[in-house]
Amino acid sequence: MEGVYAFCVGLMTACGIFLTLRGRSFSVVVGLTLLSYAVNLFLFASGRLKLDAAAVLGMSEEYGDPLPQALVLTAIVIGFAMTAFAVILAMRARADLGNDHVDGRNPQTKESARQKAGGQR
Amino acid sequence: MNTLLCIPLLVLLGTLVPLCSTRYSRTACAFLTAALPAVALFLVLQLAPAILDGQRFQTAIEWVPSLGLSLAFRLDGLSLLFSLLILGIGLLVILYARYYLSSNDNIGKFFCYLILFMFAMLGVVMSDNLIQMWVFWELTSISSFLLISFWGHKSDARKGARMALTITGTGGLFLLAGLLMLGNVVGSFELQTVLDSGDVIRASSAYPVITVLILIGAFTKSAQFPFHFWLPNAMAAPTPVSAYLHSATMVKAGIFLMARFYPSLAGTDLWFLMVSMTGLATFLLGGYLALFQHDLKGLLANSTISHLGLITLLLGMGTDLALVAAIFHIINHATFKASLFMAAGIIDHESGSRDMRQLNGLWKYMPYTATLAMVASMAMAGVPLLNGFLSKEMFFNETLHQNSLGSISWMVPVLATLGGVLSVAYSLRFIHDVFFNGEPINLPKTPHEPPRYMRVPVEVLVALCLAVGIFPSFIVGDLLYSASNAALNGDVPSYSLAIWHGFNIPLLMSAIALVGGLVVYYNRQHLFKFQAQFPTNDPKILFERAIQQLVSKATWFIGFTENGSLQRYMYFLMMLTIIVSAYPLLDLDATAGHRPEIPLDALSITGAVLLSLASLATVIWHRRRMVALLTLSVVGLIVTLAFARFSAPDLALTQLSVEVVTIILLMLALFFLPQKTPKESSPRRVVRDLGISAMIGGIVGTVIFALMTRPLDTISDFFTENSKTGGGGTNVVNVILVDFRGFDTLGEITVLGIAALGIFKLISRMRLYMPSGNEQGRPWSSDRHPLMLSVVSQSLLPLALLVSAYIFLRGHNMPGGGFIAGLITSVAIIQQYVAHGVDWIKDRLKLDYQIMIGSGIGIATLTGLGSWLFGRPFLTSWFDYFYLPVIGKFELASAMLFDLGVFLTVVGATMLILANLGQLTTSERAVYEEEV
Repeated sequence: MEGVYAFCVGLMTACGIFLTLRGRSFSVVVGLTLLSYAVNLFLFASGRLKLDAAAVLGMSEEYGDPLPQALVLTAIVIGFAMTAFAVILAMRARADLGNDHVDGRNPQTKESARQKAGGQR
Repeated sequence: MNTLLCIPLLVLLGTLVPLCSTRYSRTACAFLTAALPAVALFLVLQLAPAILDGQRFQTAIEWVPSLGLSLAFRLDGLSLLFSLLILGIGLLVILYARYYLSSNDNIGKFFCYLILFMFAMLGVVMSDNLIQMWVFWELTSISSFLLISFWGHKSDARKGARMALTITGTGGLFLLAGLLMLGNVVGSFELQTVLDSGDVIRASSAYPVITVLILIGAFTKSAQFPFHFWLPNAMAAPTPVSAYLHSATMVKAGIFLMARFYPSLAGTDLWFLMVSMTGLATFLLGGYLALFQHDLKGLLANSTISHLGLITLLLGMGTDLALVAAIFHIINHATFKASLFMAAGIIDHESGSRDMRQLNGLWKYMPYTATLAMVASMAMAGVPLLNGFLSKEMFFNETLHQNSLGSISWMVPVLATLGGVLSVAYSLRFIHDVFFNGEPINLPKTPHEPPRYMRVPVEVLVALCLAVGIFPSFIVGDLLYSASNAALNGDVPSYSLAIWHGFNIPLLMSAIALVGGLVVYYNRQHLFKFQAQFPTNDPKILFERAIQQLVSKATWFIGFTENGSLQRYMYFLMMLTIIVSAYPLLDLDATAGHRPEIPLDALSITGAVLLSLASLATVIWHRRRMVALLTLSVVGLIVTLAFARFSAPDLALTQLSVEVVTIILLMLALFFLPQKTPKESSPRRVVRDLGISAMIGGIVGTVIFALMTRPLDTISDFFTENSKTGGGGTNVVNVILVDFRGFDTLGEITVLGIAALGIFKLISRMRLYMPSGNEQGRPWSSDRHPLMLSVVSQSLLPLALLVSAYIFLRGHNMPGGGFIAGLITSVAIIQQYVAHGVDWIKDRLKLDYQIMIGSGIGIATLTGLGSWLFGRPFLTSWFDYFYLPVIGKFELASAMLFDLGVFLTVVGATMLILANLGQLTTSERAVYEEEV
């Protein structure tokens, strides 16, 4: 089970990283979301995996490690706030700059933008 | 307040005086500036008799004792000698500068810098703590930079100042490293401890490194070969600065440092070779270069280099008597060289030129100044009855008595004599070329005597040269003895300061030097011709070229790494992540640990396969954004299921509700963003990124696998044991959140609130492009709020709120709590927004989400503060059980109030983000329709 779990976390991390390396802000946000799933699973697993362990006291002899769970719970909520901030920032960037590339300018139009600027001058 | 502390502090206070008095006349400004240093000098003189008797004054104010940092000053013989030079010559320079600077110069600023330098230099010589000494050391570099660049409109001044700062500042960094290591070896930064533990230092393995580092600091400051070239270029400074900094004081700081640490570092072969060979090379090179200068100040600067080399050579010889000679020459050089610089300044000032090819026959025009300058330069040449003769005689004597170079030790006295010949030759050139040798050529002004009081400083110094030269032991005997005593840390060898020691070899060497100098000077035309064959490589140009190359390389590097592309920064960041995280894994011997693995089951495999496929699909279809969003939500749901499967119901509930909110948010955002991502990554970049992400994914997977297969040593047992008894709840996760680690949670909801407010600010007045249809160009449906959805959602709302209240209330003992309840409430309200539109909700639901966030954080904080009322620490919790009819036994806890704060913040933040973003679609669309 642990091997499969680790494989999934690794795959999600890889997918997330690949998307964050893309040039368009939406892909980056999707990548960040994927990455935060992976990070949450990662943190959660530091308490080791347990099947059918009790969540509350008095239900069973075996408990899941509550500390990583508490950490991940807040991490999920904060992760949402971060995703929201990033996506709104992306929208704002598009509204102010006219494109949705993370660098703030379209790579294809670099040449034409230069010509345009030259012509105006 | 003790006197010792007053001395530097008075001078520090003195930096303000010229700035305040600059509006008065220049004379008033000069006198007011001189007042505080004069008082400081008086205080030093007051302490002087006791120090000459062998006493040592020390004072310290502890600052950070654990780090060995303190404000500590000392005044012993060596410090006394330097303090007298600094304050005494400083006062003379102030008087001189009053006449030297023109009315166009900002004299207040000049004096401020000068006194700042005086303070820094006093600090260096009086420091009783290594770190403090270094701070003052760097301050001398900085104030020297300010003084050299005082005439900032001149390119020479700017370049010279920059060069001086670069060389001495870099040397200062070496020195810092050396001092830190020294303090580390000794175990203390107190100077006296360091001086007393010379044997420990020399025995330590770090000794060679420490010595080299400290010597580099000293050599750069004292313009020793190969760092000598900054000093001639610093001559762009106003002449009072050259007289003060670049002859008498600052360049002596390196010498001071070597003398100061003489008991700690000297006495080894390394010290001997480095110090004496550098000194000898500098001594000869400086003398040689001085001979060929046409600039008056250039000659003096190179001769200063040469004399500093002489002193360094003496310090490197390692005999105690050589050290005495070195200190004696420090005094003598300061007096004659400062007076020579001042004389050069007078000549420059009154004739308008410093070029010795123009300056000739000035004797006729300024006989009085000429006499003073001639006496001083004879002292420089080492003519009997002047102070320079005495120390040079001692120097020659010492060169004869060293044998550290084995069979070639005889070369040292020969080369020393050669240096003597050169110094006689350039001194002669200074006298003959300037004051005799025909008539002046094309001078801008007709030369004349300077104002009366401009000569006073020169007169004082020249009188000192004579007095020391004729009555050496009467004038400086005690001072020299106590300085040597301090520098040697006790045990001064016997020496005699007489003028006449009988016919001996040193006298012969002096005679050879005098005659040789005459011969060399007489045949100077041949030498000049010979020298003219060499290509002139100006160190200034070489240095500038090196600096500019460095700057252009740095610029290129910055342009390469920091080209404004965030995509590129991301790439670098990821590469760094790989390096940093992969490296420690190399030390891990096995991936799998010994913890038994949980057996696989079909359900888990199905989930894993779905998760993998959905993740890959997100990547593959990432350019079709809506599809990518759908596959992303599949990933999120399976993550939720994973939490549920691995016994974390709280997390599953949280993840599920966050999932809903996130996907709605992303869909809203997608409405305003392009629906498709253009294909623009080159194949090479795709391969590169695939490689990077695969590497990181592999590393993360390895780490988590290695982690999970190793036994767990957790601190959570404490929480599990105390949850019920201490926190009053059986849901340990919730108790950790609202009780044990409540402070963390308080911080987290604050961050959440700030993020929401930040988003609110970003959204306001955002001007967006509004698509009129979907990507295929189909217009949006005009039926914006389907009836079915409206009706169903309306009837679902109370149910959802009820569930939320239930989840909230049971949270302390069952899966649930403020976070989850808040998210469920948010989802319920959002559903109403989706079903009815912003306007409909606005009329019915009067909630100000900003106030909600504020009150949430407020409640949580007040709950924490409440425990103060009962005299408990912040966020101490309270709980008890009550009984009510009908309901039965129930629990009340302060943590529930805290959880309420969490709940309100989560609802407020989520709704503030989504409602405002959603509103944007409505308002913008309305505008769009009107326009159409």
